Amino acid sequence: MTSATKSNIVLDVSGVNKSFGGLRALTNVNLQVEEGKVHAIIGPNGAGKSTLLNVCIGRIRPDNGHVVFNGEKLDSHQPHEINQLGVSRVFQTPEIFADLNLLENVMIPAFAKRDGAFTFNAMKAVSSEKELREEAEEILHDVGLYERRTHLAGSLSRGDKRRLELGMCLIQKPKLLLLDEPTAGMARHDTNMTIELLKRIKARGMTKVIIEHDMHVVFSLADKISVLAQGTVIAEGLPEEVRGNPRVKEAYLGEAH
Amino acid sequence: MFGNLSRQDWILFLGFSAVVLLAPILFQPIGAAYPAILEKFCIFGLFAIGFNILFGLTGYLSFGHAAFLGVGSYAAVWSFKLFTMNVIPAIVLSIIFAGIFAFVIGFVSLRRSGIYFSILTLAFAQMSYNMAYSVLTPLTNGETGLQLTLKDPRIIDAMFITPGTGLPRSSLFGLEISGGGLGGFYFTAVALIIGFYISMRIFRSPFGLMLKAIKSNQNRMRYTGFNTRPYLMAAFVISGVYAGLAGSLMAAVDPLAGPERMQWTASGEVVLMSILGGVGTLVGPVIGAAIIKYFENIFSGFNENALNSVFSFLPDTVREPIVKLLSLFVGEGWSLTLGLVFMAIVIFLPGGIMEGVRLLTSLFKKGGNGNKPAVSGQTQPAE
Repeated sequence: MTSATKSNIVLDVSGVNKSFGGLRALTNVNLQVEEGKVHAIIGPNGAGKSTLLNVCIGRIRPDNGHVVFNGEKLDSHQPHEINQLGVSRVFQTPEIFADLNLLENVMIPAFAKRDGAFTFNAMKAVSSEKELREEAEEILHDVGLYERRTHLAGSLSRGDKRRLELGMCLIQKPKLLLLDEPTAGMARHDTNMTIELLKRIKARGMTKVIIEHDMHVVFSLADKISVLAQGTVIAEGLPEEVRGNPRVKEAYLGEAH
Repeated sequence: MFGNLSRQDWILFLGFSAVVLLAPILFQPIGAAYPAILEKFCIFGLFAIGFNILFGLTGYLSFGHAAFLGVGSYAAVWSFKLFTMNVIPAIVLSIIFAGIFAFVIGFVSLRRSGIYFSILTLAFAQMSYNMAYSVLTPLTNGETGLQLTLKDPRIIDAMFITPGTGLPRSSLFGLEISGGGLGGFYFTAVALIIGFYISMRIFRSPFGLMLKAIKSNQNRMRYTGFNTRPYLMAAFVISGVYAGLAGSLMAAVDPLAGPERMQWTASGEVVLMSILGGVGTLVGPVIGAAIIKYFENIFSGFNENALNSVFSFLPDTVREPIVKLLSLFVGEGWSLTLGLVFMAIVIFLPGGIMEGVRLLTSLFKKGGNGNKPAVSGQTQPAE
């Protein structure tokens, strides 16, 4: 943290406030994510974790404060522009193309990465895009869905949908990957497989922000943890530091404890 | 240029073309082999193919596509009046005007989705209809409709040919298009085949895949890095151009244009055609268009006298109530029949006729009757 110079901070959230009507969802949130690290955000339900991610991808505009990605302010950017800068997100409820097959699901983000936000290529053929298809098949191998590549995405179980969505993000090779509870609803075996997968891509040097309730996942992946409660960051540090922090225990277990 | 389609697609395309070109022979047994009705099949088929590019691929339901059809018709008739009776300039002009019109309407309407989009397009179409009916009378000749007259300048024609005594007929470099001959049919048939081919290419292209993805999950598309607006705009303009082309063909085979072509019932009709045939399939909309136009032709031709003669074998006391009841559904009341058929399709076969065909083929395969070859382009499931 102290060694972090300005240059290797990928995502810099500073002084972000957001209210919905009378409800203060985020209060003066500051968050710095270093390049190549896995930064976990934990906190009780309703702490504002998902809101924070929504602010980062342009789904929600902050009332004040800034989000800076790789030196660029994201205040007035559209969601697709933020993605084109290199930010991908796995949502809490899987956002996939249910009516298309798995291969198409993974190829579509690859088209976005290669051809940009809009290309009019109505006279080309998808079937002649060999390179993209091979890339997509490789990703489907990685997330363990290759055998089912011709199935409709809507027919997958919830856990498989999550893995598919992860694959859709990975094929874009984002500079920053935001994961909103990537293992929620998965069986232990699938959770471990996802952890292994995330560890493997960590080796490729992709920066990740991960929201997670499962402490097993958090402590096996995170380089740094921020604890969010009632819309503010109440603790931050290395995993072992956060684990012993009394304020964190209080936030999780309640004062009555 | 012709590559990149799979073998199955080529078979479908060739089958489709064969059925269309041989229609004057194939449709003889059902009494629909004369040019006027066949031209209708082709023109409305083209209209429905274009509509399906928007509705079938992106899921955006436009209730105002007849406006583009009307604009295409007016543009074509003006081309006949001012320049030449050759159909090529008329078609080019229609495509340009319908395209511009679609761009403007799309630009406003695509700011919203779902029901709001439908209402906006409907409002625009009704506005166009009312304007064509009243304030734009100098351009549209109001209620009477825009027609050819002997006093029209036709500047290009005037340079080359001395005008005859009657109204001239539209033509393609000497081949007569209007006037009810087979020339008109083959002209519309070729336009339909080209339109079908282009739609097929769009369906198989990355662009088409993106449109399907927008239909499936537009939010995901945005967070995946796509600017969805230009994709929707392009689809809207393409389908508007198809409608304009259909309108100009309508004017080519019968050189007049009236405001009723823009009315909401005409917009609704193309929605029915697509849904009846099968939304999002390649040939479904064409089949839907042909079926609706065919039965419209048959049912609206029936009247009480015709019914009486059909049931003349029955005693009077039985015949009279039956004829009374049935006469509600024929002639002017044909739309009542259409409504009932449409309800039945939506309730029992939401995927339209194409879904029915698919169900039947899978039933045949299961029944071990697998030696049945692919019948024709028209009955093959596409997609």
